Amino acid sequence: MLRFLIRRLFTSLIVIFGVVTLVFGALRLAPGDPVESILGEEALEVDKAQMRECLRLDKSVPEQYALFWGDVASGTFGELCNERGVTVSDKLKANLPSTIELALASMLVALLIAFPLGIAASLKPYSWIDNTSAVVALLGISIPNFWLGPMLLILFSLTLKALPNPGSSVTGLTALILPAITLGSALSAKLTRMLRSSMLEVLNQDFVRTARAKGLRERTVILKHALRNALMPVTTVLGMQLGALLTGALIVEKVFARAGLGMLLLDGIEQRNYLIVQGCVLLIAFIYVFVNVITDIVYGLIDPRIRYD
Amino acid sequence: MIVNLFKGRTRAFGPLARLGAVVTLGVILVALLAPYIAPYDLNFVDITRQLEPPSSTHWLGTDENGGDVFTHMLHGARVAVLVGLSTVGICSTVGIILGSISGYFGGWVDEIIMRVTEILMAFPGILLAILLIFITQEPSLLAVIGALSVSGWAGYARLVRGQILSERERDYVEAGKAMGYPSRRILFVHILPNIMAPVIVQATFGVAGAILAEASLSFLGLGPQDTSSWGSLLDQGASYFLLTPYLAIFPGIAIMLTVLGINFLGDGLRDMLDTRRSIEAEH
Repeated sequence: MLRFLIRRLFTSLIVIFGVVTLVFGALRLAPGDPVESILGEEALEVDKAQMRECLRLDKSVPEQYALFWGDVASGTFGELCNERGVTVSDKLKANLPSTIELALASMLVALLIAFPLGIAASLKPYSWIDNTSAVVALLGISIPNFWLGPMLLILFSLTLKALPNPGSSVTGLTALILPAITLGSALSAKLTRMLRSSMLEVLNQDFVRTARAKGLRERTVILKHALRNALMPVTTVLGMQLGALLTGALIVEKVFARAGLGMLLLDGIEQRNYLIVQGCVLLIAFIYVFVNVITDIVYGLIDPRIRYD
Repeated sequence: MIVNLFKGRTRAFGPLARLGAVVTLGVILVALLAPYIAPYDLNFVDITRQLEPPSSTHWLGTDENGGDVFTHMLHGARVAVLVGLSTVGICSTVGIILGSISGYFGGWVDEIIMRVTEILMAFPGILLAILLIFITQEPSLLAVIGALSVSGWAGYARLVRGQILSERERDYVEAGKAMGYPSRRILFVHILPNIMAPVIVQATFGVAGAILAEASLSFLGLGPQDTSSWGSLLDQGASYFLLTPYLAIFPGIAIMLTVLGINFLGDGLRDMLDTRRSIEAEH
């Protein structure tokens, strides 16, 4: 286990190194003058020079690369040159909680839908409930969330007037419901099918028959004996899907005009602010790599059949 | 090669898969014929009739400039098909070549290619494409296809590599080596046709994925600016959806049906070619 851990961390470090280098290199290859794109062409030469110095464009590329690593390692991701004294990480910190809140809420929505539907489908395969869940799942995967969002808004906010309009001052739980459903729909679809097939596999195994033969109640057999074992693959999927949730959040935040990393990234793109774009992309990639490592390790810990040697 | 693929795998092509195939072919047909069957020219605008609801002259209504939404939707199919097919074409070709080299030869080449795929896959979903399009400044159709291809080939490379690793121990490979065939011939003429089934299935889902990715990018304002795509129509529509909800509804339905149809087709191909195991092992 320890050897696996060390190797896994080592390969993640290589990946992190590659990600940082790729993002750095890609942005340096971009055509156009970043100074002009931030300040505009008509800016004063003095301001331009100051900005150039702040962006370190007066230094050589290897020097920039080294300093960039310093910014990443210190966690500041660089100082924002159009707002003196503010670092990129200040902006990220201000926007990350909202995105995490949305991602977790949508995960909850997905689990609330997937568990009853997936278990019910697995108990009666090829019945009407199984077929319905299959169709719902396929729809969930195929409906783009930038379409589902506006449709839900039309239905609940405008027609039924049950939930707040986007951009209204209402915050808290009610403002989170529609974005969470929108973002969680695809994940709930994947989890439902995943749970179904994994339950089907487990239900055919000997220990389930033994549990039934012992005269345990069907409820106990399914929820305690079968479900627990069927959860392994679902855990992995949940971990891997976090990346999809994070990029999905970019879109859902735009649909609902909700503050978060997505809006920060899109604003950064619109203003052609390299530092913000760079910071957002790196942060999302880091979170993704980190969660994948954690998923791998947790998977090894909860499944005694897995030996990493 | 095709004969080889389907030999001995006679599981039925289900009704949903057939429906999927029909929808997919329909979209391709619309894409090919769009300029001929569209009721208006793509650049046609009637500024006296902006944001009109569907009528007999404008079947799906008009947009903010007074353009015909139906015409734009038909041309949107062109973008979807073009992006879907060319992205998957590029990704699968690059993926097959690099994955084969990686799996067959192993060693440091394998090590490097696999590390590169891991780095590319550290960017979830369309994030890398967003970054790449941001760099190109003026997002065009070509930029979108390029950006999606850069981030998309890694999955195919890993799938092909895994397949080759299990295939290269087989007797016929040994026989080929004993015959003195060059590695290139064994790899591309003997092994590759045998591992194409899961690649074809993944490529089918890949087309749906690329269409969805392009629509997402367009919705974020990062899609091709030089043409009308379903995603950008939806983006425009979404800003007027209080006034004219149908502007956002129709492009969404087009995306959904296309993606659904291709996914049905992919499911059918997967069942027919019986590749479930190998595909799932990769994911």
